[in-house]
Amino acid sequence: MSWTWFHRLGSPPYIYRLAQRLTPWFAWPAGALIIAALYGGLVLAPPDYLQGDGFRIIYMHAPSAWMSLMVYTTMAVAAAVGLIWRIKVAHAVAASCAPVGASFTLAALVTGSLWGEPMWGTWWEWDPRLTSELILFFLYLGYMGLRGAIEDTQRADRTSAVLAVVGVVNVPIIHYSVSWWNSLHQAPSVMRLGKPALSTTMLAPLLMMLLGFTLFFVAVLLVRLRGEILNRERSASWIREALGT
Amino acid sequence: MGGYAAFVWPAYAVTLTVAVLNVVWARRSLAQAVEAARRRLAAGGGDS
Repeated sequence: MSWTWFHRLGSPPYIYRLAQRLTPWFAWPAGALIIAALYGGLVLAPPDYLQGDGFRIIYMHAPSAWMSLMVYTTMAVAAAVGLIWRIKVAHAVAASCAPVGASFTLAALVTGSLWGEPMWGTWWEWDPRLTSELILFFLYLGYMGLRGAIEDTQRADRTSAVLAVVGVVNVPIIHYSVSWWNSLHQAPSVMRLGKPALSTTMLAPLLMMLLGFTLFFVAVLLVRLRGEILNRERSASWIREALGT
Repeated sequence: MGGYAAFVWPAYAVTLTVAVLNVVWARRSLAQAVEAARRRLAAGGGDS
């Protein structure tokens, strides 16, 4: 079996150019899906029989929460790959993930709060799901703070990677918190065994939004990754060529 | 919005603002890295 593809994935010039080429292929479908899902969620989907139009917050809250977990998992896996195989590009991927994940975790917390007040009668509760999601936000901030505090990039990569990998234990805790403990938060309606608990007109925009946000993350990651690669590279020849200088 | 407008619209505004900011921040961080790399090249930096 040839391992050249694997080695190419660790090559900064190759990844830089690949990221450049792939970005529009993720960005445009992401934009189209999100716009279509907005129309589906705000116009086509009927009001919920219990929550009325308030349920429409799901189309912002669930994808933001999904991003918070998916981006953290991506970051932790990339950090682990970087630590184990000492691949610079993997550390660059991990570093690119953090601001995206942190901002969507904040969006999940704020939209959750905006949903909690009318439905539960409270903006915030020290509930397992809410608290573990808040811890995730602090993990992202800690990761970024740690990176910012260490000037040497290689040392920043390795040290922050350890935090990212250790913190990943929080991801299953968040996901299963609603099943393990008594929680105000509802149990999963989509990511569960068996049929989703939503009707098709409500579910389709949600699935489109989840896919749209995922593609959006990849597009943003690819743009950030190019910057991170440039910051780590000192080999002038390919950079000169890539920048067209 | 059946009485929920004060909760639904801010939720949409916050999330979509976060999405737009992510695009702006990502482009800015790439532009800054490109600028720094150009400066290094102009200063004769680099190993090769």
